[in-house]
Amino acid sequence: MTEVKAVEIKAKLIPIYIMGKKYEVPETLTIMKAIEYAGYQYIRGCGCRGGVCGACSTVYRKPGSYKIMSGLACQTVVEPEMYLTQIPFYPAIRSTYTFEKLTGKPEEVFDLYHELFRCVACNACSKVCPMDVEVMDYIAALKRGDIKAAAEISFDCIQCGLCASRCMGELPQYHIAQLARRINGRYLTPQAEHLKTMVANIEAGRYQESLTGLKVMDINMLKETYTAREMEPATGGEDWIPKENIGL
Amino acid sequence: MPIKISKETADEQIRQKVKEISGEDFQKCYQCGTCSGSCPMADQITVLPRRVMALLQLGRKEALEEANTHWVCASCHMCVVRCPRGIDIAKVMESLRQLTLRKNEDIINPSEISKEDTAKLPQVAMVSGFRKLTS
Amino acid sequence: MKISYYPGCTLKTKAKNLESSALACLDALGVEYEELPRWNCCGAVYSLSDDDLIHLIAPVRDLIRVQEQGFDTVLTLCSMCYNTLARANELMKNDEVKRGTINDFMDEEPDYKGEIKVVHFLDFIRDEIGWDKLKANVKNPLNGMKLAPYYGCTLLRPGDVSIDKSNSPVVFEECMEALGAEIVKFPKAIECCGSYQVLGNPEAALKVSNDIITEATAFGAEAMALTCPLCDYNLGHRQEEMLKKYEGTKALPMFYFTQLMAVALGVDPENYNLDLNQAVSQEFLKGKNLLEKVST
Ligand code: SF4
Ligand code: SF4
Ligand code: FES
Repeated sequence: MTEVKAVEIKAKLIPIYIMGKKYEVPETLTIMKAIEYAGYQYIRGCGCRGGVCGACSTVYRKPGSYKIMSGLACQTVVEPEMYLTQIPFYPAIRSTYTFEKLTGKPEEVFDLYHELFRCVACNACSKVCPMDVEVMDYIAALKRGDIKAAAEISFDCIQCGLCASRCMGELPQYHIAQLARRINGRYLTPQAEHLKTMVANIEAGRYQESLTGLKVMDINMLKETYTAREMEPATGGEDWIPKENIGL
Repeated sequence: MPIKISKETADEQIRQKVKEISGEDFQKCYQCGTCSGSCPMADQITVLPRRVMALLQLGRKEALEEANTHWVCASCHMCVVRCPRGIDIAKVMESLRQLTLRKNEDIINPSEISKEDTAKLPQVAMVSGFRKLTS
Repeated sequence: MKISYYPGCTLKTKAKNLESSALACLDALGVEYEELPRWNCCGAVYSLSDDDLIHLIAPVRDLIRVQEQGFDTVLTLCSMCYNTLARANELMKNDEVKRGTINDFMDEEPDYKGEIKVVHFLDFIRDEIGWDKLKANVKNPLNGMKLAPYYGCTLLRPGDVSIDKSNSPVVFEECMEALGAEIVKFPKAIECCGSYQVLGNPEAALKVSNDIITEATAFGAEAMALTCPLCDYNLGHRQEEMLKKYEGTKALPMFYFTQLMAVALGVDPENYNLDLNQAVSQEFLKGKNLLEKVST
């Protein structure tokens, strides 16, 4: 066994303010790691640590400026004299609906989220969005009933909720956008024909036999079958087709 | 109905606030009643616009708060284009609405609009209605 | 001359018939236009508080977009949008202090000084096309149609953005006359339909709308021409309620004026989108034998 040696931390320590209290943290850390370095333990406000779950939205301000900036704690590197706090949750309204009962009409979105019409186009939402989504634009699209455009503009949204925290119309933008994307996916985008055929084939029992076979196979036979499976050769080229072409 | 005036009944604050928010000088009103005669909502409101101006001049806060005038006003601007004193009465009505709305009080609840009505209403009705009647 | 076109939210859904017919008319009259590529709701009502600038951001942002688009004129169809954009424009033109504050607030946008001209379809046709040219393009005159043009509020008031004389306008009548209609003038043509009070005081709005319709009918109108989706809702789509509540009210067919213009100019009926009008309106137009003439 190789011995693990403690590595000396060489990074410079810089002062940051977490919820108004000063801490010295290594300058190379992300806000999230800096918060942990300072001794906090995450129970909420942290999820994927990879910039996709939207749990770690953070607002901060740098010295000498009134500007409120935003970022994801897991992605943003600390800067000297940063004032910051996380906003792990925002109590924005979220309507409940039975998705299967919707038909994809704009009026259904209006009915679930009347607040939509309170937007004043101040653009505070787009300015705060850590994903650079043009939030105001997707709200504008929804007001005119363009669900498809809203779904496309909001595609990068990770549901962090920062937009709602800044909204002077008190809109839950991200929840409305999520509804738009769902409707777009289910009702407005044409269904893939090959997928439909495949699902029908599976339901008709295309894999029933081989699945039952696998279930009763002994372990050695399973291993053998696995090794012998058909694989795309490294030199396969673009027009390689598997012997058992399932049609996808 | 006679209006009683005394130092006690005159609220200087509401007079100042309305002036500030509306930017209009209701003091210029000489009570000709053209506004009341022009108002399409005249038979739906409890206090006619001419009288609202008088109540403002006298600082009658309670009477103004009790009136439904500014909540029924549709901002149609008929009185505005006809007022011989050039007072923007619609702005005065707006300031009276703002006195309530700015306390974070809503007059209608958007979420309570029925599904049936939402299916029929043009967006412009909701945009304008929420602007005028929610805080 | 090419102009920018600002639709407004309702014209993309409930009032598609206003948009599609108007654009078809512009095509028929040889007007070149381009829809604003990026626009937001104008807010529908102009801010009436002296100290409230935040509600001016929406219309000003749209005007900035027009500037970015490279046009000097923006055409509106919905009269609420017209009013909001035109009033915001006036303010940006004339109030240096507020203009500065608004421009500072929108630090992500270029500055705006009120250089764009905001027009409504009606005054645009009057000033840029002219009644004579409009008349010359009529293929299918609305002969014998006793039509009451209804202005409503926001095209005429307040005075600084009125497309005509606030208290005695003629532009709408002249336009419909050029299309061959027999004009029914009635006093309430410039009065309010109840506007947003359909949400706050629906009964009060119903009452004033009913007054407008009964007066127009009493003056001999058999149909009404409109410019605004909110008027269309209050006066048109709420007629069923009126008929139930008020004795003596008769159903009155309602059209966007651009639909009637499209009929008169003989453009493809597909652009009328008549299915968005009430049944009584559709039947009325069929009864006039105007549609058949177009399709032949
Ligand atoms: S749109 Fe709103 S919820 Fe989505 S990522 Fe941007 S700020 Fe977060
Ligand atoms: S923050 Fe709210 S009011 Fe402002 S533009 Fe975004 S959605 Fe509209
Ligand atoms: S923890 Fe998931 S985005 Fe930061």
